[in-house]
Amino acid sequence: MDDLIWIFISALLVNNFVLAYFLGLCPFLGVSGRLETSFRLGLATTFVLLVTAFCAWVLNTYVLIYAPYLRLISFIVVIASTVQFIEMAIKKSSPTLFKALGIFLPLITTNCAILGLAIFATNRGYGLVQGLVFALGAGGGFTLALVLMAGIRQEAELSDVPALVRGTAMNLIIAGILSMAFMGFAGLFSSG
Amino acid sequence: MKDQNAYEEFIKGVWRDNPVFVQVLGMCPMLAVTNSAINAIVMGAATLFVLVGSSFLVASFKNLIPKQVRISLYVIIIATFVTVADYTLLALLPKVHKELGAFIPLIVANCMILGRQEAFASRHSIRFAVLDALGMSSGFMLALLALGSVREILGSGSLFNVPLFGADFEPWVIMILPPGGFLTLGLLLLFFNWVTARRAAFLEQVAAAEREGL
Repeated sequence: MDDLIWIFISALLVNNFVLAYFLGLCPFLGVSGRLETSFRLGLATTFVLLVTAFCAWVLNTYVLIYAPYLRLISFIVVIASTVQFIEMAIKKSSPTLFKALGIFLPLITTNCAILGLAIFATNRGYGLVQGLVFALGAGGGFTLALVLMAGIRQEAELSDVPALVRGTAMNLIIAGILSMAFMGFAGLFSSG
Repeated sequence: MKDQNAYEEFIKGVWRDNPVFVQVLGMCPMLAVTNSAINAIVMGAATLFVLVGSSFLVASFKNLIPKQVRISLYVIIIATFVTVADYTLLALLPKVHKELGAFIPLIVANCMILGRQEAFASRHSIRFAVLDALGMSSGFMLALLALGSVREILGSGSLFNVPLFGADFEPWVIMILPPGGFLTLGLLLLFFNWVTARRAAFLEQVAAAEREGL
């Protein structure tokens, strides 16, 4: 049990996927303009992460022990088809939610956090429950980083920033400061 | 004229359309592996191999690939080349492979590579597709190297593992940690914007002077 809590907190805060591993930076820099959309995107990504963690475990246990060199190809195919499938399912069952998520849904495929999660879980030899908890923590951490960033960016829009700095350069510097703050969480476990 | 075009296709990726500084693509591997110059070079070389290989294949088969499934096919082609690069590095440079860890397989999710297939290789001849891939990956490698060198010089006081300063140098540890990556790239982008803005202003002045017949 302690093990599971540690995996969760580690993926959520200490080794935050965005701010410590640099995974999922494209949506982090691209979609973090509005608070509302960032939160929704975070939720959708968390869901895909959970499904991927499950699929990766199934693949690793039953298929890839016979052909480890196919790992990367099968993971990426599974992720792409999962996203496609979820997209169709949501479109059928709840058109309102589908409309709200819009273009962000298919874009989840190219989010490297998803593939990264599958690869990390494999490299560390996580079981099914550990993998799912890891995915939940990673998704929570991604949502947290995205929402924090969106909040700061909305504030920054109203302040007097030189035109040259505006845009990606400013976002990266903000991300650097956020990342520095998250480094503080590293002390959570080292002393205990 | 033909050669002029070819040169233009190559050079645009290095500076004018630099994938990192101008298009802001491929950020994930960009920041994660640039804590030393050697890692940056290996990562750049792996990306170059994958991009040139898949651009060549996509451009060769562009008439056979059905439109509806093209993205999935591109991704599978890219994943194949990344697997080759991954196992090659494991055999040749096991130490660097261990340091780069999960980030070699993650080249698959580098949006710059998929972007080049979709935007360029799928609608140009093989020759131009390869030239474009070479230019783009050189630009990518240049950016990786710039970031990696700055971080290694400040964070470890060395370049390519050769110590630069005396024993009195106190390394800025923060530069090789994640925040250093974000900050350095932010400042590099700022510098790039500044140079571009200055150049535009200069060209504007020259044009104005010519209009006045000076």
